[in-house]
Amino acid sequence: MTTPELPEATAEVQPGELVPLRSDATFWAKDVTRLRLGEVPAEAVNLNVTGKRVVGPVQGFGKLWQKTYRVELPGAPHTPAEVITAWKAAFASFWPDSGRFYGKLTGIDPGDVALLNLSAGGMKLSTGILVLYADDESFTFMTPQGHIFAGWITFSATETDGVTAAQTQVLLRANDPLYELAMPIVIHRQEDRFWEQTLANLAAHLGVEGATVTTSTVCVDKRRQWSKAGNIWHNAGIRSALYLITTPFRAVRRAVGRRNGTG
Amino acid sequence: MSSPSDSMSVRALSDRVSVVDIHGEVTAKSETAISEAYAKASGSGTKFIVLNFTGLSYMNSSGIGMLVTLLVRANRQKQRLLAYGLNEHYRQIFELTRLDEAISIVADEDAALAAAK
Repeated sequence: MTTPELPEATAEVQPGELVPLRSDATFWAKDVTRLRLGEVPAEAVNLNVTGKRVVGPVQGFGKLWQKTYRVELPGAPHTPAEVITAWKAAFASFWPDSGRFYGKLTGIDPGDVALLNLSAGGMKLSTGILVLYADDESFTFMTPQGHIFAGWITFSATETDGVTAAQTQVLLRANDPLYELAMPIVIHRQEDRFWEQTLANLAAHLGVEGATVTTSTVCVDKRRQWSKAGNIWHNAGIRSALYLITTPFRAVRRAVGRRNGTG
Repeated sequence: MSSPSDSMSVRALSDRVSVVDIHGEVTAKSETAISEAYAKASGSGTKFIVLNFTGLSYMNSSGIGMLVTLLVRANRQKQRLLAYGLNEHYRQIFELTRLDEAISIVADEDAALAAAK
């Protein structure tokens, strides 16, 4: 990932004048201890986000993986900053049908919390993300307790030899033993398909049809963190499934409550 | 603007403790520098690597990602990472990203040495 350069100076610096260093202060989320989700559409399943803490690779259970998806945008006259602006502006629209991103409509800013409704391995799952960091050429999500993995997802754009490329890089550990079991069976493959499709959709939006997305997967740490096995208590897949199973009972309870005038 | 490429220097405080002084920026461009600094700091008897962030001026999310990679390398060598010199802003980032649960934050170099005893 690259970082934004300081804008070119527009006036000569006078002797003795202080040149301010660039600051990252406005790029990071602030004062987030537990996630709080704003309003979401009625059709969304809103579970496993509000009240949760965010988790990174230190808090996860499984092996530590770095997965990198990259697409070059030859012939597209976009600077890295323009690519990121376009990506932030319509982030949800680039996702494949297997995922729904319910964030605010005006872009991606540090501290934003979004709801995700995903299909993973035939299972419906409600989870979320925190926008941990966002600058002009990159932005990073951090996942909550119960998400499939504990980690960071960084979206960035760079320019090499006049060609701009967009990239998604995920640094992740499966959050608990159940997800870790599913990693080689379904999650790796699903994650790859998801981000490859997302980058292809982004490239098409920027005028590059049929772009090739390259994928690289590196195991950074083969060890599992058994002290984190208890993360399974927050497993969003299990909690989403329980919510689904108990939906008829809740409907009956609501109906009874209405009839008795207490609902 | 500081350059990430020359942003690390290494000092040995004892056979067991080395300090990596970080100056300027920690971004994706610092990857080689941080990797080389770790290799230099990590002698056969080194048990504690102390990261001195007093001179840190800028860090993005890739920089935090590299600290995780460094942490994995240190854990593999059965070394412990400590950090000092973080201003309030960077201390909050360590807390937000929950890196502070794996990299012990201490007040200064003396405290790092005391923790290493």
